Amino acid sequence: MSDVALSIQNLSKSFRIAHQRGGLGGYKTLHDELMILPRRLIDRLKRQRRSTSETFWALKDISFDVKAGEALGIIGSNGAGKSTLLKILNRITEPTRGAVDIYGRVGALLEVGTGFHPELTGRENIFLNGAILGMSRAEIRRKFDEIVAFAEVEQFLDTPVKRYSSGMYVRLAFAVAAHLDPEILLIDEVLAVGDAEFQKKCLEKMENVVAKEGRTVIFVSHDMDAICHLCSRCILLRQGEVAKMGNAADVVGAYLGGERDQSPEVDFAPIESEASFQFAGLYNPKGQASAAFSADEALLLKSSFAVGRQIKGLQLSFAVFNFKGDQIFYSTISMAKPAISVEAAGEYNIAAVIPGRLLLPGRYSITLALHTPKTKLYDRRKRALSFRVVGTIDDSYDGFAEDELGHVYADVKWRRSEEPSRLM
Amino acid sequence: MRSVVTQAPAAKPTLRIRPTKGWAALNLRELWSYRDLLWILVERNIKVIYKQTALGMTWVALQPLIAAIILAVISGVVAKLPSDGVPHLLFVFCGLTAWNYFSQTAQRSSNSLVNNAQLVSKVYFPRMLIPLSHTFSALVDFAVMLLMLFIFMAVYGVPPTLRLAAIPGFLFLTAMTATGVALWFSALSVKYRDCNYALPFFLQIWMYASPIIYPTSMVSTKWQPLFALNPVVGFVEGFRWSVLGRSALNPPIFWVTVAMSVFALLSGAFFFRRVERDFADII
Repeated sequence: MSDVALSIQNLSKSFRIAHQRGGLGGYKTLHDELMILPRRLIDRLKRQRRSTSETFWALKDISFDVKAGEALGIIGSNGAGKSTLLKILNRITEPTRGAVDIYGRVGALLEVGTGFHPELTGRENIFLNGAILGMSRAEIRRKFDEIVAFAEVEQFLDTPVKRYSSGMYVRLAFAVAAHLDPEILLIDEVLAVGDAEFQKKCLEKMENVVAKEGRTVIFVSHDMDAICHLCSRCILLRQGEVAKMGNAADVVGAYLGGERDQSPEVDFAPIESEASFQFAGLYNPKGQASAAFSADEALLLKSSFAVGRQIKGLQLSFAVFNFKGDQIFYSTISMAKPAISVEAAGEYNIAAVIPGRLLLPGRYSITLALHTPKTKLYDRRKRALSFRVVGTIDDSYDGFAEDELGHVYADVKWRRSEEPSRLM
Repeated sequence: MRSVVTQAPAAKPTLRIRPTKGWAALNLRELWSYRDLLWILVERNIKVIYKQTALGMTWVALQPLIAAIILAVISGVVAKLPSDGVPHLLFVFCGLTAWNYFSQTAQRSSNSLVNNAQLVSKVYFPRMLIPLSHTFSALVDFAVMLLMLFIFMAVYGVPPTLRLAAIPGFLFLTAMTATGVALWFSALSVKYRDCNYALPFFLQIWMYASPIIYPTSMVSTKWQPLFALNPVVGFVEGFRWSVLGRSALNPPIFWVTVAMSVFALLSGAFFFRRVERDFADII
């Protein structure tokens, strides 16, 4: 008995992007088709096919296997092909080339609440949605109470769902899908909805599905934290191709930080704004441009920007994110002592020192912004710079997994409480 | 690539996904395995249609009744068309019972895929279930009309006969044709939204080309063979024969109807299967 749950071989999918030629918003009408028919016939006779459409490859030659019981994450920027891949695995759309072999029943949760009908009650929708997701009536009946309890909608079961709050709606939808019993579960971005508490509950349920029930899960998300948490292995898609595959933390790190060390100095293309960045760079204490720092080393962040006119309250700020995309801290120039004003028109060169013994070893990125707080954003450069912190600060930090250490290095002083305090 | 070299799966895959080309098999087994979903969709169709209307299910009875009265007045009083010696209202209502089932199935299912675009582009299930569910849910309207028809029969003193037992047979034929038309139109309207606008006219012309407000006997014998190609002729006549016993059921017409019904259903189903693979991409 093989332990492969899913095998994908040289999978490709293309879409034809029709060039707009009249008609209402992209839909072809019969009239349009009939009008271009003579031209097509003539072209065919002349053996020159006039290209009225362009082929776009959403997936290019993808191959990988997923083992039974494995949780595989799929990440990538928008348009990388993640959702297309899931749609093919779920048979919503057909591949153009290649093959997929699936060993086991597939269940999918591609979007919460797709099978709901607003006029029907919660009870009726549980049956409808369950059946759409592939459950039999008996199966749904068996799990009905569990679903209702999970969704916390007992007293609204006989109310049409169109009167539900969006939170209730999402809870009910997730509850139905989460109680599916497939051997292979495909999940797309479902955790991005609902309030924080419910998201936590969903994540716990998912963890349960993966860890305790031993099901195979393929999980697409932009939530890097959830990916690292749930998945052992991860695939990074870039423009329809597998860019990287491996340990989840590594792949997520590569996605967020760029695979190689980025250049520590960046010249920005000017944008149309009254205040815009020109340059940013990272330097070590020796004054050398660098993208790798030892853990106890301070970082010098330099930035240059131009302000076109007097802007009252203009601030320069930056935030540092870890490889999962969690923000570690934020700082703005209004915190400077003594104060530095960047309100007047002109060009500025500003430096900020990020102290050593603050960041844990790992990959980080910096986002820069010029803004007047809560009113206007003049320029923002997301993940403008990225860097690595290498080595450990002291030996006692060795041997811990990245997850266990938290987010920052804390220079905690320990003593026996009966000893006289040296600090306080 | 490394991942491809991993051990060859020993077990047979539960599902193989390959690009398909040309005509596809109907895959009736899969359709059958999704029968629970079909019933739930049918239930949904029925529940949703008359929700939040003051008269609710009364509309099911009211709509055809009003339509029948209007048509009976036009054909009997204004146009003075013959009705094979049967009271006009009864004659028209009888034809309308068969016709309404046909047209309602076709009409409701024609834009059903587009209305359920959310489902089609997000979840997998045999797409045929969506138009098919209307074939079944329209049976509710048919049952109500049939009940009213029996009341009319009692009022006009038409005795029921054993011929009534043939109604399910004619109904089955109607359902086949209606489903065929529904499959064609629902599949076409995914790509060409025009179909939704064209269908009502198409059905209206079809209705007047069928013996709903006039008897087949009005059509000259020269044109009868052509007339019989319209499958609606066969089942409207068959239906009248079961209820009123007046229309001489012409065996050739009947067999043409059977052939046309089978043709409509099969061509619709195969066409649907051929184009359904693109639904999610273009809907």
